[in-house]
This record gives sequence, C-alpha cells and structure tokens, in this order.
Amino acid sequence: MDIHEYQAKKILSSFGVTIPRGGIVYSPENAENKAREIGGSKWVAKAQIHSGARGKAGGIIVCNSPLEVAQATDKLLGKKLVTNQTGPEGKIVNRIYIEEATDIEKELYLGLVFDRSSESIMIVASTEGGMSVEEISKEKPETIIRSKIEVAVGIQNFQARELAFGLGIEPALIPRVSDTIVGCYKAFSELDATMVEVNPLVISKQKQILALDCKMSFDNNAMFRRSQVSELRDKTQEETKEVYASDRGLNYVSLDGNIGNIINGAGLAMASMDMIKLAGGSPANFLDVGGGATPEKIVKAFRLITMDEKVRVILVNIFAGINRCDWVAEGIVQALQKIEVKVPLVIRLAGTNVEKGNEILKKSKIKYIEANTLEDAANKAVKALGK
Amino acid sequence: MAVIIDKSTKIIIQGFTGKMGTFHADEMMKYGSNVVGGVTPGKGGTKHLDRPVFNTVKEAVKETGATASILFVPPAFAADSAMEAADAGIKTCVAIVDGIPSHDMIKIKRYMRRYSKSGKMTLVGPNCAGIISPGKSMLGIMPGHIYKEGRIGIISRSGTLGYEAAQQLKNLNIGVSTSVGIGGDPINGSSFRDIIEKFETDDETDAILMIGEIGGPQEVAAGHFAKENMKKPVIAYIAGLTAPKGRVMGHAGAIVSAYGESAVEKVELLKECGVTISKNPSVMGDTVKNVLVKS
Repeated sequence: MDIHEYQAKKILSSFGVTIPRGGIVYSPENAENKAREIGGSKWVAKAQIHSGARGKAGGIIVCNSPLEVAQATDKLLGKKLVTNQTGPEGKIVNRIYIEEATDIEKELYLGLVFDRSSESIMIVASTEGGMSVEEISKEKPETIIRSKIEVAVGIQNFQARELAFGLGIEPALIPRVSDTIVGCYKAFSELDATMVEVNPLVISKQKQILALDCKMSFDNNAMFRRSQVSELRDKTQEETKEVYASDRGLNYVSLDGNIGNIINGAGLAMASMDMIKLAGGSPANFLDVGGGATPEKIVKAFRLITMDEKVRVILVNIFAGINRCDWVAEGIVQALQKIEVKVPLVIRLAGTNVEKGNEILKKSKIKYIEANTLEDAANKAVKALGK
Repeated sequence: MAVIIDKSTKIIIQGFTGKMGTFHADEMMKYGSNVVGGVTPGKGGTKHLDRPVFNTVKEAVKETGATASILFVPPAFAADSAMEAADAGIKTCVAIVDGIPSHDMIKIKRYMRRYSKSGKMTLVGPNCAGIISPGKSMLGIMPGHIYKEGRIGIISRSGTLGYEAAQQLKNLNIGVSTSVGIGGDPINGSSFRDIIEKFETDDETDAILMIGEIGGPQEVAAGHFAKENMKKPVIAYIAGLTAPKGRVMGHAGAIVSAYGESAVEKVELLKECGVTISKNPSVMGDTVKNVLVKS
C-alpha cells in the first residue's frame, strides 16, 4: 500500500526526521490561509498523488504570495496528472500540500528497501539527490553507497555515521544526518514498511537537514496490525476495478489488452497471459480467483471482467487441485445466469473432476468455446477476437 | 528415502482442529501420509480425526516422534508457530498460509540461525502448495492423483503451475520424484537454490524442472549454483512475460523492481548458466522430455 507525500512526512517527522513547515488543504481559500499560517515569503503548492515525477508533470508550483498559493491550488485541484509512473490515464489530484519553500544548498538521495538476496533491510544513499534512483544507478553509479542492516538488532549509530560520512557531509552536520537515517530506519521497521524514500534529502542554506519529498509503501500482509497506517489508504489513487477487486478478495491487475482472464492461481494466471501474448493477443487483466474458487468468487470475477469495456473475449482457465471442476462449472453456469456476457467465452478446465465439469457446461445452455490445454485455450481466445 | 519426506516420515498438523487443518489432514491421510497427530493449543488431550491433539509442538514431538509439520494457522500467528516447530526439533516444516508479513519472515529466518546446519529445520513456504513425493507421502495441499511416480524433481513458486507441469509430464508418461512448492512470497523459507541442491544429491532424481516467475534474485541464484556445482540437467520456465514493471502480480513476491527480475532478463541469465528454457508454459513437459532423450 502506498501513501501520500504529506502522510509519509508526518510519519517520518514523528521518528525525528525534520521536515519543512507545511499543511494539507482541500480548497483555494484554505490554501491561502494555510500559507499565512505557515508564514515566510515563498511557498510551494504540491499536488498529492501516488506518484513521483510530479514536478515534470506540472504538479508542483512555486508561489510568491498567499494569493498565488490560492491560485496554484485552484489550478491543481481536480486535475488529472500524468507522470511517467501513472500510466496514460493519470491520477486525480484531490489534496494539495502547502509547504514553505526551502533554500537548497545540496540535494541527497536516501532510500530504504527490503533486499531480497540478503533478506535484510538495505539503505541506499547518494550525493545525487533529485534524480530517480534508476537514473542515479544508470548515470552516476559510483555515487551510490549501501548498507545492509541486521534486522534482529536494528540499525547501529556507526552504520548511520558511515553513510553520512560516505555522502561527504561536513562534520558539524553528521549527527543530524545520522539521526535522519536512524529515524527512517525505525519508521521502516516499526511500521511494516516495504519502502521508504527521501528524495531529495536536502541540506538547506541555513544548514538544516530536511526531508523535502518522501515516499512510503507498506506491506499489505501486515495491515492487520497497522490500523493507523491502513487508514491512510486513498482509494481515489487506485484504479476503480482494482479497488472493486481488492474489496472482494480477488487479486486483480488492470492491463491494456482486450482478452479478459479468469484464472485460479497467480502463477497459472501469469502463464496464461504469456500464452495469450505468444498466440498474438494481449491480456486485458491479471485475475487470480484463488485456489479455492467458489461459485460466488466466479460470479464476482465475471462481474469484474464485464465492467471492463476493453474486453472482447473472456478466457476462463481453471486447474482444479483441491477445488473441483464440477464446482467451478456450477459457478460459471450461475454467473452466466446472473450476468449478461456479450463477448465470446473460452473455457478450459483441468484437474480434479474435469469430465464432470465439462459435462455440466455442455448440459447447460451457455454458449462457450471449449479448450483442452493451456495452448489451445490461448489460441482459441485470440481466434475468437476476430468474430 | 525421497529427497525430503518419505512414507515413514511422521507428520503433525499445526492448527489441526481448524477447518483448513482438518480438511487437508484428512486429504493427506487418504493419500497415505503418516499423520501421527496435531497441535491446537488448549485442546491437548483430545482426539481429532482419530489422532491425538497436543497443546505444544514439543509435547507432540516427544509423544509421537514426529519430524515433519505442516502449518494451517492464520497469518498473524504463523511466525510464532514456525519458530515453535524449529525449537521443538522438527526437521521439515511446510507453511501453506498466504499473508505472512515480510518482517515476520525475516524474524523466523534470523531465529533459525541459532541452530547448527545439521540441526536446522527446513522451512518450505509460506504461500505454497507444499511437498509431495508421489506414491510415498504428501505434506501439502496438492491434488495427489495428478502426480505420477518417477524421477523428475519439480520446484515451483506457484501451486497451480506446479500442477500444470505434473499433469503435462504425466500425459507424456513421465513421473515425478518429489515436487516442492516454495511459495510466492518475497522472503521464503527455502529458495530455489536450497531445494535444487537437495535434488542434486538425491539418487531418485534424474533432472530438475524449476518453475519461476518475475521478481527477486532466486531463480538466477539457483542457475549460478547449477552451473558451478551440478551434473543433473536443469530445465526452467519463468512466468510473467507480459507483467508490467512495478506491479504485484498476485504473489507478494511477483514484482519487478530491479534489473534481472523480469521474465525476459531471468531467461537470458539462466541460459547463460546452461539451464534449458521451456519457452512457454504449455511445453514444460515436452522440454523435460527432450532433455531426457538427449542425456
């Protein structure tokens, strides 16, 4: 789960990371007042969407008066911002963060992630803040320094100090930079985060160490014990169909193609998408209905797929393990009684009770194309596009 | 004995009396697995499915001599249960459960470092289908009847794709020595490399089919191990050619976040290690067959 910049800043600030003064607003009037409340003579209005690279997309506006802050807010609110991370549909701006402007002397990069090879938390830092970490590793890989933290004992001060010295920080500022690194680590490990990124972490002309932009992501599997974090979820930033799916216990990812998929198991779903592509087609979605796909789940899956106007063929691919093909077939028949499906339907059943399942489908009056193997299913789905 | 479990392996079920535990314990027993009891704290002293129930894993091990366990406990309690198994001297523990937080998985693995290599428990999963040695024992939730007895070792992240492979092999009259589902989470108990190493020394296995997917470094790490240390042929399929970068594809670990983690890159890197690639998921069986014919 991702959260907004202003939410991440609030969290990091509670772990001792210094952030510029600021506040969240939902209207231009609100914004003007907030600017006066913050004080100073220069402000930044920042569109809050779940994406980086907002500056290039026009989502960050520097303002020289409270009136300008109001105007900038007016301009940004309700707008769809398209960045290189949002996809062409963009993301809607519903909240603006107003922040005092910072006189920047130096921009640094600080990121924390799970390192899957060492199974520890990895801290990555660079002197080249402001660029994305991908850009840094491509253009200035020599500036990147890393530190693996042993999670059983947590971060030690020397590790934070080593990183700070590694960044070439002047000695007087080392303690503040170290504290910032330690604070980020603690937020990561205490809140079940999967990513914390401060980019840029800046040294201001007044020699303050400030987190100027922050991103945090959290482990969905840990939300049962992080109710305060899970409250920060903003569904307006997620794709409508994906929200519908996640609210109903389905694993769904929206894609660009036109063949809708209903599959059990994440691996089989990815494999079926691969087969569609090899057959010359393009999947409209990833959808895993889970190992124990009950008739109710199949009905929900059909509802979800038929919501997608791009879909011109539906492919159902079920390998029944513990599940049984006859139950799945019942589910499909029930779904088609409740939901009108106007596009061709290709069904491949395999595994436990496959004969019974196919018999149920044949006896019912539903119109469908039967497929026997993974390959057959993909080929028939692509062929059905032409009809 | 087969690579991890055998007909005589004594198995206990953690979370025995719950719905999942009951259903799958029953399936395992029908398959012929030697289930000797189970653990549900607070229900010790009772019987369930005609087997004794214990309050703690230690007690179950002491009374039954169990060396393997399978977890059917909710994600929030899974880390605790896995560590309890390790501490009680269980040698093989399969965690079926999906949804264990990554921070908990790291905690389990750190906890297990206290044991010497020989005394250390093999943890398989979480978020996996478990282990089956066809005709011998099933410590998992797979449909046992699709597996034919034979000499191919299967390692798969995905459950259903592992079934798909077993079925394809069966249709070609090729059998399986042991199939291990290592699970779809970013941090898991046993990696591809851990299991591939066991297969290399297993005299019941001739070749290994590795079914990977996007995300993480494990498939390639196994490829490097195979190149440097293995004589048996390795065949691999990597799922997720069409998966967009930065999106989680169902499995928590199926996300491309760095170089070498996409399906195309993994395939290239595995080829460099001398691994035979199954070009698509419908020819996993055929690819294995071709390799067997050649060797």
